[in-house]
Amino acid sequence: MDEMLMVNGSCLTIFLPGEVDHPVSDAIRRESDRIMERIYIKKIVFDFEKTQFMDSSGIGLIMGRYKALGMRNNVLRAVHVNGRMEKILHLSGVHKYMEISGESENHENRGGE
Amino acid sequence: MRIEGENEMENTNEMRLVFESRPVNEGLARIAVAAFCTQLNPTLEEVADLKTAVSEAVTNCIIHGYEGEIREIEVKCRLRGKELFVDVTDNGKGISDIKKAMEPLYTTKPEKERSGMGFTFMEAFMDEVSVESCVGAGTIVHMKKVIGR
Repeated sequence: MDEMLMVNGSCLTIFLPGEVDHPVSDAIRRESDRIMERIYIKKIVFDFEKTQFMDSSGIGLIMGRYKALGMRNNVLRAVHVNGRMEKILHLSGVHKYMEISGESENHENRGGE
Repeated sequence: MRIEGENEMENTNEMRLVFESRPVNEGLARIAVAAFCTQLNPTLEEVADLKTAVSEAVTNCIIHGYEGEIREIEVKCRLRGKELFVDVTDNGKGISDIKKAMEPLYTTKPEKERSGMGFTFMEAFMDEVSVESCVGAGTIVHMKKVIGR
């Protein structure tokens, strides 16, 4: 699980696996809570590069992280989002409070800004 | 000899899958249903829709129906022509207000970071969703999707 989360300054990047369902979301939540207790995190980036499947448990994870960051603007980003994942993010409404970028865009060095 | 209604009759099939209400089995259920529907030659998007809907229904049984208790869940699939019917059944605590339970963002478990989007996703990705439930006895979610229209 550790290799799925990376801290860069006050930015936490979560590299989501291929399938983000209920057990996976619970594990990521526990791990990110553990990090956020120790380190002051201002921004979270969800990296969907490997992700082909996500259900509403993943949406619960994103909503929960948003609350944990104080529900402020410009604190959540989703990168490498494919068409399917974009549909899921829009359908659930979480796209309203996260910046979403697609599969082909360049995300180098954007995490820690 | 040709029997009337033969065409509708020829493409039918059925399967039942019974498993314990462990979160790890959510993956088993959605993959089994996806595999079952391949005989209808679905698009990738149709497979993804089905997997999401099945995952939502089974997660509901585990988290809400049984509240973490280990009991049985049944997933039944039936084909009729291009129609796929999926029924997901638990014998758990049941739903007292089905209409409320199906509202977007409504959840009885916000402390577990549930999004309240489960039924919304099922309805978005399937053609028909209906729920039968009896408090104290269990819940059946009936779903239907036409594949390869």
